[in-house]
Amino acid sequence: MTDDITTDLACKELVELITDYLEGTLPERDRTRFDAHILTCPPCREYVAEMQSTLRLTGRLTVESISAGARDELLRAFRRMKTSSTGL
Amino acid sequence: MGSRTLIRDSDAELVERLRNGDEATFATLIDAYSGPLLRLAATFVQSQAVAEEVVQETWLAVVTGIGRFEGRSSVKTWLFKILTNKAKTRALTERRTIPFSDFDSNTGDEPAVDPSRFLPASHPQWPGHWATAPQPWSMGPEGTALDRETLAVLRNALEDLPRAQRVVVALRDVHGWPAADVCAALDLTEANQRVLLHRGRSRLRAVLERYFADAPTVPSPASGGGKVNDLPSTASGEGK
Repeated sequence: MTDDITTDLACKELVELITDYLEGTLPERDRTRFDAHILTCPPCREYVAEMQSTLRLTGRLTVESISAGARDELLRAFRRMKTSSTGL
Repeated sequence: MGSRTLIRDSDAELVERLRNGDEATFATLIDAYSGPLLRLAATFVQSQAVAEEVVQETWLAVVTGIGRFEGRSSVKTWLFKILTNKAKTRALTERRTIPFSDFDSNTGDEPAVDPSRFLPASHPQWPGHWATAPQPWSMGPEGTALDRETLAVLRNALEDLPRAQRVVVALRDVHGWPAADVCAALDLTEANQRVLLHRGRSRLRAVLERYFADAPTVPSPASGGGKVNDLPSTASGEGK
């Protein structure tokens, strides 16, 4: 048994738990260990910060979509469907 | 951040409007879901052009099939099911048979961080702790050239992810979908979704870490051009 709570969770484990931690799906005991660990481990705090930066940057990537031409074509198809169904 | 375009109407209202020929509703739907649909389609077929065709076919199927939609699933799930079927058919004709169940078979070990970065389990004092600690990143403020370059690096890294990771990370982190929606659309269990998300995000972080480590030092008036990779804790204790 150890009194040092940071040795309770190795950094190597922490990097695998981080997604569960950020998703809020980590069991309470593990969450406590995680929180205690980052409190006393600057490199792991840095790791968590980097993961958060990664998510923030990913959220800024442009969303791709279909071309304007393809979009127009779909709206035309939708209109045709409307006129043909009301014409029935 | 979060969702880029939100469909706030209930599915019943949405379907009702589509059936009544409400073009604006259809346009909103197209704008909200074409990106995610394209993402998923691209995981099945060879080229972006074919992926776009599959998305187009999906929307046309919605136009002709909305009258038959029974509301047993959500509109979102219905959309993704149509797309998956169409994309699979196309993949077959392309002789590119990737069963969707591939999304589940991603069980191989893939550490988030290179194991050599950690001290061995046999280390007397710090087993499994950092041997080579992560260094702070020197990110450029939004809109700067450095910032644009970072986003370009990240964009490439996202495209390079294995397909299941790529679609999950894109839907969660680019499109801002909640986990439950991604699970429903891709027919994934929550646990599988999290594993894919974890691996994908970890790879992206690793790419960015390498990028920032290799990036030239950016002199800034505040830091006096100090080496960007020094940990604050060590930098303060050491003379230059």
